[in-house]
Amino acid sequence: MHSQNLHIRNGRLIDPAGGLDQQIDLFVADGRIAAIGQPPAGFSADRQIDASGLIVCPGLVDLSARLGGIESELKAAVAGGVTSLACPPDTKPPLDEAGLVERLVRRSETLGLARVYPIGALTQELAGQKLAEMNGLARAGCIAFSQAKHPIIDTQLLLRAMQYAATFDYAVRLRPQDHFLAREGVAHDGEVASRLGLTGIPVSAETVAIATALHLAGETGVRLHLSRLSSGAGVDLIRTARQSGVLVTCDVSIHHLHLSETDIGYFDSNSRFDPPLRSAADREALRTAASDGLAAICSDHTPLDADGKQLPFAEALPGASGLELLLPLTLLWATQAKLPLIGALARITSDPASILGIAAGSLSIGSAADVCIFDADEAWHVTPEALRSQGKNTPFLGRDVNGRVRMTLVGGRIVFEG
Amino acid sequence: MRNPQLNANGELTHLLSIQGLPRDVLIHILDTASSFLKVSDRNVKKVPLLRGKSVFNVFFENSTRTRTTFEIAAKRLSADVINLDVTRSSTAKGETLLDTVDNLVAMHADMFVVRHAASGAPHLIADHLRRLGRNDVHVVNAGDGRHAHPTQGLLDMYTIRHYKKDFDQLVVAVVGDILHSRVARSDLHALTTLGAAEVRAVGPQTLLPTAMETMGVRVCHDLRAGLRDCDVIIMLRLQNERMNGALLPSAREYFACYGLTPAMLALAKPDAIVMHPGPMNRGVEIDSDVADGPQAVILPQVTFGIAVRMAVMGILAGN
Repeated sequence: MHSQNLHIRNGRLIDPAGGLDQQIDLFVADGRIAAIGQPPAGFSADRQIDASGLIVCPGLVDLSARLGGIESELKAAVAGGVTSLACPPDTKPPLDEAGLVERLVRRSETLGLARVYPIGALTQELAGQKLAEMNGLARAGCIAFSQAKHPIIDTQLLLRAMQYAATFDYAVRLRPQDHFLAREGVAHDGEVASRLGLTGIPVSAETVAIATALHLAGETGVRLHLSRLSSGAGVDLIRTARQSGVLVTCDVSIHHLHLSETDIGYFDSNSRFDPPLRSAADREALRTAASDGLAAICSDHTPLDADGKQLPFAEALPGASGLELLLPLTLLWATQAKLPLIGALARITSDPASILGIAAGSLSIGSAADVCIFDADEAWHVTPEALRSQGKNTPFLGRDVNGRVRMTLVGGRIVFEG
Repeated sequence: MRNPQLNANGELTHLLSIQGLPRDVLIHILDTASSFLKVSDRNVKKVPLLRGKSVFNVFFENSTRTRTTFEIAAKRLSADVINLDVTRSSTAKGETLLDTVDNLVAMHADMFVVRHAASGAPHLIADHLRRLGRNDVHVVNAGDGRHAHPTQGLLDMYTIRHYKKDFDQLVVAVVGDILHSRVARSDLHALTTLGAAEVRAVGPQTLLPTAMETMGVRVCHDLRAGLRDCDVIIMLRLQNERMNGALLPSAREYFACYGLTPAMLALAKPDAIVMHPGPMNRGVEIDSDVADGPQAVILPQVTFGIAVRMAVMGILAGN
């Protein structure tokens, strides 16, 4: 499929990076944003796209999406308006060798759907014992390094990993959770876990790990990103660190903005998450962090087959399918929090792009034409059949959500039309 | 969200947990158990309530005692009882929990009595049966992880009601390893539902779950304060693996701080009763002089347990 010259007419253009929110035409040529408002000289459109009543925004940038079956998940991504995504290294086998990364990059480029940005393993086999070949991994295409959900128990090795990454100015991403405090835990250590007899993960598992990471980052000067915060106390630590000048960024998963421990109900394994869903007060603190721009939002897409969830709660695998719900659930949050759309969309476009350090999430003239066109008011019913992802695991099954993607462009090519 | 134990008419269709069951459902079970208690005293210890029905005892975790009491109860109701020790058969071959259930449903099981090491396993089975449209198959939770052991909770309430009068006059202390105890959770929910005047959870911080106050109980770390003027004392079993130094320094120190001795018992009301779900660790959580003393009602608990389990199975089969 070639890049065409496109004239996207009458849409409401929202570009958080450029501070633009108005009804205006968009022109795409040679895979790039050619002009806004008036067509560039000599422009002739191969296709006119009527975006009346629709919103035209940068393609979404997802800070964390697991791919499983790569083709189905990248189709799900573009159906959800996601045009760039970072893939954590806990693939099978993990992304700790350049060859594996190259293969993932090639495969995703061949598919020509969403752009895939691999995150390399910080340690070999993610075992937390020996540093991975970060330099080789970076050459192969890794844009940051992390342990995904695996711990580095040895804090000296964590310090070394940060020092080594800082040497080459590689970003390090950590999911802050103390291994020992979280041991065997499956739910927030609070009212619901106590009642249901589930082993709890205390908030201190997160705050202790955040404090450790912040101290070591301060010492090494590494670019640190903390993934998937779950607690208000964790947010407070990061807010304070930022105020004192530490260069740290963070994100929350869209699920944690909407759900809390009570959504576990009677052992609903679809509400098993890592980190766990915490109290309603924690959820409010995460919402505040997202609305004031401290935290970006990711889907934390984790597609699982049915077998992974049809187990007793503690034995079920954590995580939810999220690529196709990222936009609707962000819109829902914006409505509930009475946030202007441009601010909400920044959390899933320009903010994550800037955290990843990639040229994406913007509609500025000359940038790659990665565009999402959606109807913010169109409702749809979340069913297994409605999801293109192989992962039908979401606690939102059976719910109605607003926000349907009508068209997704990657580099000016129409990769999804619905 | 509807309580998954109740059908659309609010009748008990599974017994998964005490939590969320209305007071009148609990009272109905206790009253029914009362009538069944007499059956066990008769020459012919049987009623035909479950004749032609198949009760499958599916124990994913070993427990001879609990399984035996369910087996006796089902047989006194004239049911056919099939005991499956799943720990040694299908799951060892890699079959999932729900595969096992599907197979047993295909064998025309009418009722499952389930014990499982994971909290929530009986809920999963009940939910699976609902999705299969098998509302005629009932699940009784015989203990799941740390979550619930509802028939034990009910037999404890039966015992209390037998020896004491109104729940709203009673101070009840539950003492010991509440964190790991499904019995304690069921007792606490039952006591608060039945309106006990005061329920105390007594133990060291390492053996108490977080946010206990939200369960409507008073937390006491001091055994003396916990026992003072109590009407009922429920002692919990301390499992050996808890004494390895991570949660408690030693069994000796535990007994010194939380063991029920005659001197400690003297702090409670003179007519206080002492209960224990068994099996007891003499000299760890309870002194033999107390366990064998006049205030202990530990053996009557076992007898009442049969009647309570008969009541539960009888009620489920009728709904």
